[in-house]
Amino acid sequence: MTTEHIVVVGGGMVAHRFTEALRARDTAGRYSVEVLAEEPRAPYDRVALTSYFQLKSPDELQLGDPALWHDPLVTLHRDTRATGVDRDRRIVRVDGGREVAYDHLVLATGSYAWAPPTPGADLPGVFMYRTVDDVAALRGWVEERRAALGRPVRGAVIGGGLLGLEAAGALQSLGAVSTVIQFADRLMNLQVDEGGGEALKRLIERMGVTVRCNTATQEIRAGKDGHVGSLLFADGGEQLVDVVVFATGVRPRDELGATAGLEIGARGGVVVDDTCLTADPAVSAIGEVACIQGACLGLIAPGNTMAEIAVDRLLGGSSTFPGADMATKLKLLGVDVASFGDAFATTPGALEMVYADPVNGVYKKLVLTDDATTLLGGVLVGDASAYASLRPMVGAALPGDPAAWILPEGSVEKGEIELPDSAGVCSCNNVSAGAIRDAVNHDGCHDLGAVKACTKAGTSCGSCLPLVKKIMGTELEKSGIEVSNALCEHFALSRTQLFNAIKVAEVTTFSEVIERFGTGRGCDICKPTVGSILASLYNAHVLGDDRAALQDTNDRVMANMQKDGTYSVVPRVPGGEILPEHLILIGQIAQDYGLYTKITGGQRIDLFGARLEQLPSIWKRLVDAGMESGHAYGKSLRTVKSCVGSTWCRYGVQDSVGMAIALELRYRGLRSPHKLKLGVSGCARECAEARGKDVGVIATDKGWNVYVGGNGGFTPVHAQLLVEDVPDDQVFQVIDRYLMYYIRTADRLQRTAPWQQEHEGGLDRIREIVVEDSLGLGAELDAHMARHIDSYEDEWKAVLNDPVRLQQFTSFVNAPDQADPTLAYVEQRGQRRPATPEERAGGAVLIAPSTLEVRS
Amino acid sequence: MTAVPATASSTATVVCAYDRLTPELGVAALVGGEQVAIFRLADGSVHAVQNLDPFSGASVMSRGITGSRGDVPTIASPIYKQVFSLLDGTCLVTMDKSPKDGQAPDLVVYPVTLDNGQVIIDLAGSE
Repeated sequence: MTTEHIVVVGGGMVAHRFTEALRARDTAGRYSVEVLAEEPRAPYDRVALTSYFQLKSPDELQLGDPALWHDPLVTLHRDTRATGVDRDRRIVRVDGGREVAYDHLVLATGSYAWAPPTPGADLPGVFMYRTVDDVAALRGWVEERRAALGRPVRGAVIGGGLLGLEAAGALQSLGAVSTVIQFADRLMNLQVDEGGGEALKRLIERMGVTVRCNTATQEIRAGKDGHVGSLLFADGGEQLVDVVVFATGVRPRDELGATAGLEIGARGGVVVDDTCLTADPAVSAIGEVACIQGACLGLIAPGNTMAEIAVDRLLGGSSTFPGADMATKLKLLGVDVASFGDAFATTPGALEMVYADPVNGVYKKLVLTDDATTLLGGVLVGDASAYASLRPMVGAALPGDPAAWILPEGSVEKGEIELPDSAGVCSCNNVSAGAIRDAVNHDGCHDLGAVKACTKAGTSCGSCLPLVKKIMGTELEKSGIEVSNALCEHFALSRTQLFNAIKVAEVTTFSEVIERFGTGRGCDICKPTVGSILASLYNAHVLGDDRAALQDTNDRVMANMQKDGTYSVVPRVPGGEILPEHLILIGQIAQDYGLYTKITGGQRIDLFGARLEQLPSIWKRLVDAGMESGHAYGKSLRTVKSCVGSTWCRYGVQDSVGMAIALELRYRGLRSPHKLKLGVSGCARECAEARGKDVGVIATDKGWNVYVGGNGGFTPVHAQLLVEDVPDDQVFQVIDRYLMYYIRTADRLQRTAPWQQEHEGGLDRIREIVVEDSLGLGAELDAHMARHIDSYEDEWKAVLNDPVRLQQFTSFVNAPDQADPTLAYVEQRGQRRPATPEERAGGAVLIAPSTLEVRS
Repeated sequence: MTAVPATASSTATVVCAYDRLTPELGVAALVGGEQVAIFRLADGSVHAVQNLDPFSGASVMSRGITGSRGDVPTIASPIYKQVFSLLDGTCLVTMDKSPKDGQAPDLVVYPVTLDNGQVIIDLAGSE
């Protein structure tokens, strides 16, 4: 088969999705793809544009795996604008006159930001809000004006839709004061009704943004310096401004299609059929430029759907556009807004059921059929936690009293919902409830990981995961497959259940735990789990009573076992701040014992190659000098990484090292379902990479922002904002509660990121519990953490003082002075490392284990 | 525990006192140049297997976690977590890995005798 060549005009998110999906599905290599991108960079996440202000580089907005652009069948041209299409010759002309031939052309040119013709719109200081370059220019301007004016910059955003509120948020985060000028009678008039608009306005004004509705901007006037200076409104009002952002909507970039003679919709856009084809079978259009079923759609979800359909059709499939789901859920300036289905109750006879609480800034509306049973749509402002459950129910009957979905939690019992097969569950990847049921019933996917891998549900934003989990559970139950949360063959309970059982029964030894709640002798799965739970609950020494035999490999000797059975030793260096004499001591120990040294990712020093019997004498030297265990071996707090902060840094706004040390000393030794890493940055530049941690604390001018649920490793996740601008004591309280709640409810070996994603109601629900104390658990969590802090002791020091526990640190019970004779090392770059089997066999120069005396 | 008289073989070695063993915690011993991992279980029985972990090549089995699969007492490797029977050394869980070159997946089991409060290992009786 010869390769056919596809040319994609446009380098946005939909172009990326098309290319990614084509390369994933065209395994035979039938097509090659050439992407012509006008912007100087690969496709990026435009939806997340506003987060650019919290990022260090535009690269962080990157979409998907960058390896896509190195695929031999994919060519990406940046900085390349298409100027014309010759459909007879199947040629695209690009800037500079070059011609690119195609077998199939995909128009994915997207939209441009549209501004109403306004005198003065070309003045310096007037911006659009569409591309990374727009946003970068805006940021540069605001920073420069603030320096020049020596006062906060006055900003105005023209347009009070979704993008306008994003832009207002961006101005706020740049330290500008902002006013939103809205022509319509309410904010987000395309998504929310009058009541929702009112609630939204109140909430946004609480964030310090001024809102002017029913206001037309007549003219933008220059100030004395020739820059933008003021806005003149149609009602005669005037407002002083230093920067103006237009967010008045987008228009499809359909000029290529128009000049090529393709049909253009009444309101613009290249007309396509339900398979995304134009009247020319060699030309498709997808995304915002396509006029499909009579309209151009400015959301990413239908754009991605179109990309998938175009790919499917090219590969001989038969999918068609199912109609756009214009449902939206977003967080603007910290305010939840969601709108779905028939939000404006345009269906004849539709009933509206409304709950509004102006004090708490909540507005919720359900639109129902005239018999008040079938859900048609809704609007949620201030609290959109019901969105994930309700959106897929549009068109289906709501069980029980519909009011339960909008009244405060617990006031009316909610009915159990059973989604119809056609209901969309994951809108990012267009996965229906039926597809998830199929995966469970026919493809043998019996756990969340398998369902995710098979259907792709929940693999993008993850907000639907609790729902996916629930559907999977129901299906498994129906087919008689027991949904086993059992820890292992010895415990039928899940970790969470076992945690509560042990806590209530107040048992403290493994023998009691297995006698009361389990069977058999235990194993390498349940023993460490019980060991960890006992440590979390009582914080007694991990090697005390019968607990030594419970601990996993590393906890058992409080060091990290390496591949040859020796250990690495990591003393605690709180916040990465270290005394010169401690540095010297570490170096001295490494020299004396012949240990390999390496700086860790957590800002401390790892000493490799210590034998079991050498550990106590190494610890003794560290402990005598005032150092202690760094718990590098534990499913517990590891490190709190920090930047140098305001004490030295020219840019720091808070003492990040001081905060990191306080946090590390507070949570040291805290046993948890998995390891915990924290980070503290002294300003928004985020040099400590705190958002890649389980808890990240980032300094602001007013205090600290606390982010939670970040993760490096195999599945990197950025931590999400939990609370903003809080003082030190609140930082401690909110992290105390978050960590304790995680420790009590997470599965075995579940990091905070997946725990948070799969938690019912997600981060919003967790915030209610740990910040707003909605379950009344706060005091108990606080007391539990206080107990942990009070009972902390250094594990190394405790063992050094206990001759019985020290017995465990011998090489051979009948030859305690003899080192393991099978150890062998070679020298590399001036240090030792374990010899490979080839080196052992091939006569390399081997170094026997060092013979330094083992007890001091 | 295998009921072999303490004097049955000249290769039998006294390793340590029974009281030196902590229930469910292993120790290593050097017996005639071989490394042996010895475990006293909660029921009082004592078991001995090779200390060499066939899947990592490190001598670490004495530092693994004891447990059970069904009625079989087990030991799990502390390195890659393979599980072995303490009764006959069979590898019960391979964790989808193969042993190192030249190693059998199962552990060698050594007979253990208790005599006058002493733990005795007999290399010749290995299986």
